[in-house]
Amino acid sequence: MAEAPDKLDNLDALESEGIHIMREVAGEFDRPVILFSGGKDSTLLLHLAVKAFWPAPVPFPLLHVDTGHNFDEVIDFRDRMVERYGVRLVVAHVQEWIDDGRLEERPDGTRNPLQTVPLLDTITANKFDAVFGGGRRDEERARAKERIFSLRNAFGQWDPRRQRPELWNLYNGRHRAGEHVRVFPLSNWTELDVWRYIEREKIELPSIYYAHKREVYQRDGMWLTSGPWGGPRDGEAVFPKMVRYRTVGDGSCTGAVESEALTVSDVIAEVQASRLTERGATRADDRLSEAAMEDRKREGYF
Amino acid sequence: MSDLLRLATAGSVDDGKSTLVGRLLYDTKSVLADQLDAVTRASVDKGLSTPDLSLLVDGLRSEREQGITIDVAYRYFATGKRSFVLADTPGHVQYTRNTVTGASTAQLAILLVDARKGVIEQTRRHAAVLALLGVPNLVLAVNKIDLVGYDEGVFETIAQEFAAHADKLGYPMGSVLSVPVSALVGDNVVEPSANTPWYAGPTLLDHLETVAVQPDPHEAPLRFPVQYVIRPRTAEHPDYRGYAGQVAAGTVRVGDRVTVLPSVVAGGLTTTVERIDTPDGELTEAVAGQSVTLLLADDLDVARGDLIAAADAPPAVTDEFAATLAWLADKPLRTGARVLVKHGTRTVPAIVAAVDARFDEQALSVVDAPDGLSLNEIGLVTLRTAEPLPLDDYADSRRTGAFIVIDNADGTTLAAGLAGTPLPGT
Ligand SMILES: Nc1nc2c(ncn2[C@@H]2O[C@H](COP(=O)(O)OP(=O)(O)O)[C@@H](O)[C@H]2O)c(=O)[nH]1
Repeated sequence: MAEAPDKLDNLDALESEGIHIMREVAGEFDRPVILFSGGKDSTLLLHLAVKAFWPAPVPFPLLHVDTGHNFDEVIDFRDRMVERYGVRLVVAHVQEWIDDGRLEERPDGTRNPLQTVPLLDTITANKFDAVFGGGRRDEERARAKERIFSLRNAFGQWDPRRQRPELWNLYNGRHRAGEHVRVFPLSNWTELDVWRYIEREKIELPSIYYAHKREVYQRDGMWLTSGPWGGPRDGEAVFPKMVRYRTVGDGSCTGAVESEALTVSDVIAEVQASRLTERGATRADDRLSEAAMEDRKREGYF
Repeated sequence: MSDLLRLATAGSVDDGKSTLVGRLLYDTKSVLADQLDAVTRASVDKGLSTPDLSLLVDGLRSEREQGITIDVAYRYFATGKRSFVLADTPGHVQYTRNTVTGASTAQLAILLVDARKGVIEQTRRHAAVLALLGVPNLVLAVNKIDLVGYDEGVFETIAQEFAAHADKLGYPMGSVLSVPVSALVGDNVVEPSANTPWYAGPTLLDHLETVAVQPDPHEAPLRFPVQYVIRPRTAEHPDYRGYAGQVAAGTVRVGDRVTVLPSVVAGGLTTTVERIDTPDGELTEAVAGQSVTLLLADDLDVARGDLIAAADAPPAVTDEFAATLAWLADKPLRTGARVLVKHGTRTVPAIVAAVDARFDEQALSVVDAPDGLSLNEIGLVTLRTAEPLPLDDYADSRRTGAFIVIDNADGTTLAAGLAGTPLPGT
């Protein structure tokens, strides 16, 4: 049996904080739910939840807002996780909202921005009062001020002026009927922490996070792949390339990056390289800048 | 092994805090290439030849122009030795609210002064609030040292004045360091500067990387607030009953005698720790900061909100106590106010029986508070709670001596609460 460490390692401290947050939510809310896209951050959330309540099952269902523009690998992965951990999965199909006219397909065919309404409708219909998201404060400047417990009104809106000061680790989850609280257990993690933890804990991810051969075409500076959302237009040439995905969003607008990273440690090396490589150097190559942009686009919607 | 240091920054407007934080991020390569591109472009637009690093952290000025709430922002950087979570607390408007928030979790605070102005009233107030919140280490960054010609005398005068103030606030020798820096040029931030040959101390980042942070003290008596009762009731674990929580203070070992508080039985029910569980295996002991699950020898009725404490050194259990409040709400506090108090994992109704005094963090004295407390004021109060709470003095335990005050009606967080009267310098 293990003795206690002298001081906690960075990842141990972040893990302990995440578990503490999950247990606070389980103790104080009636109907929490984990937003689960099958992406790396939500997979990490699920992993923390499994650890927080072990040996009992995870006491929260998962909620997937499904744009219909999915990668098969991700949906397979999602369903395997649901099966493995015996959790309930709630799916909000954006297609249903389009079919009954509550939402309209956008001219560009992208469905990322259409996720908000199905998300809020589903939160309301299920009376979810705490909604775990995988957002991190290092993702974007605007996020740097987001609380770990972030109050949302009945319209799902975040009012910076109503933010509560967050003191010590005493979280305030009070909310009125119809309001809910977004909870971000990964607030203090950086992208590198996430990958290092994935490596340490041997967390399985959808295979598209690692380099694989894929037919891609270029549009708006991104490498896209064909799928149910369509494919290359006239004049858009298709190339076979070694690529990987850094996020798993709507397939119609989620770009792949060229990569040789086959393993977690390869990915970690790549993430490190996307920082400035030397003092004063100003440009990493465009492909990585684009990928970083991509991360943030996704954030806008949740 | 790289550990985690939580720090806060404080300073007045224009002292160069954004530039300094931007430089720390930049020089530790914690900036994505595209973020830097954006800053470089914006700097060129402003006619600058080098990137204005303050733009990396959303300069306060632009926030003010856009009408965004001026609020604590969190930044992240890492070196080979340590990872850092930096609470960037804006200094002017609502400085108490922001400083208290940033300081509540900080193990170290960087206070900025402008070398041309030295220690000003704001510096003293900030330091007093940091001391009140028990931030164990202070660094005074004497910034813009380039603008005083890298003059040793100027630096020494400021450093000595600050050391005297810190001493008055109760900071022991060795917990306070002054560093002459230029955030703009980079002197002594990451690299030692040739411009300050008279300065023999560490650079700011060296100090951040190596300062010994007392983690939550391991030798303190055990405090373990129960967050959640784990009862799987599965075929594999039909009778498992574990108490999940994070060790708030001290160390818990298998075989320890512990008391569960508060309790219907005077003095609490006492039992033994039978097992310390984690999903990665059982532990023989766990220390402050670790999230674990405790299994107890006796089948006691333990629930969320209870505190498992060292049987030989339990905290006082009380329903009337003196406390210090940092009032963070627009709505003022009046004697007789009915509120909620969240302490550990327990939330109870409470009445503010008296507002006894106000702390003047400039003069380091207490004055009468006939009108109660208003936004950003710190005061001494007497609280009466509907149920007894197991309370440590904040001076002894930052975790189990802390509580928050919540508005019963709208759920707002009204105040940061510190059990006892840990007023520095009085
Ligand atoms: N000469 C000099 N100017 C500085 C230094 N640090 C900051 N400044 C300048 O001081 C002004 C205020 O800096 P800023 O970082 O925005 O201050 P903040 O309000 O404290 O965040 C800006 O014009 C900076 O370029 C320094 O070390 N030396």
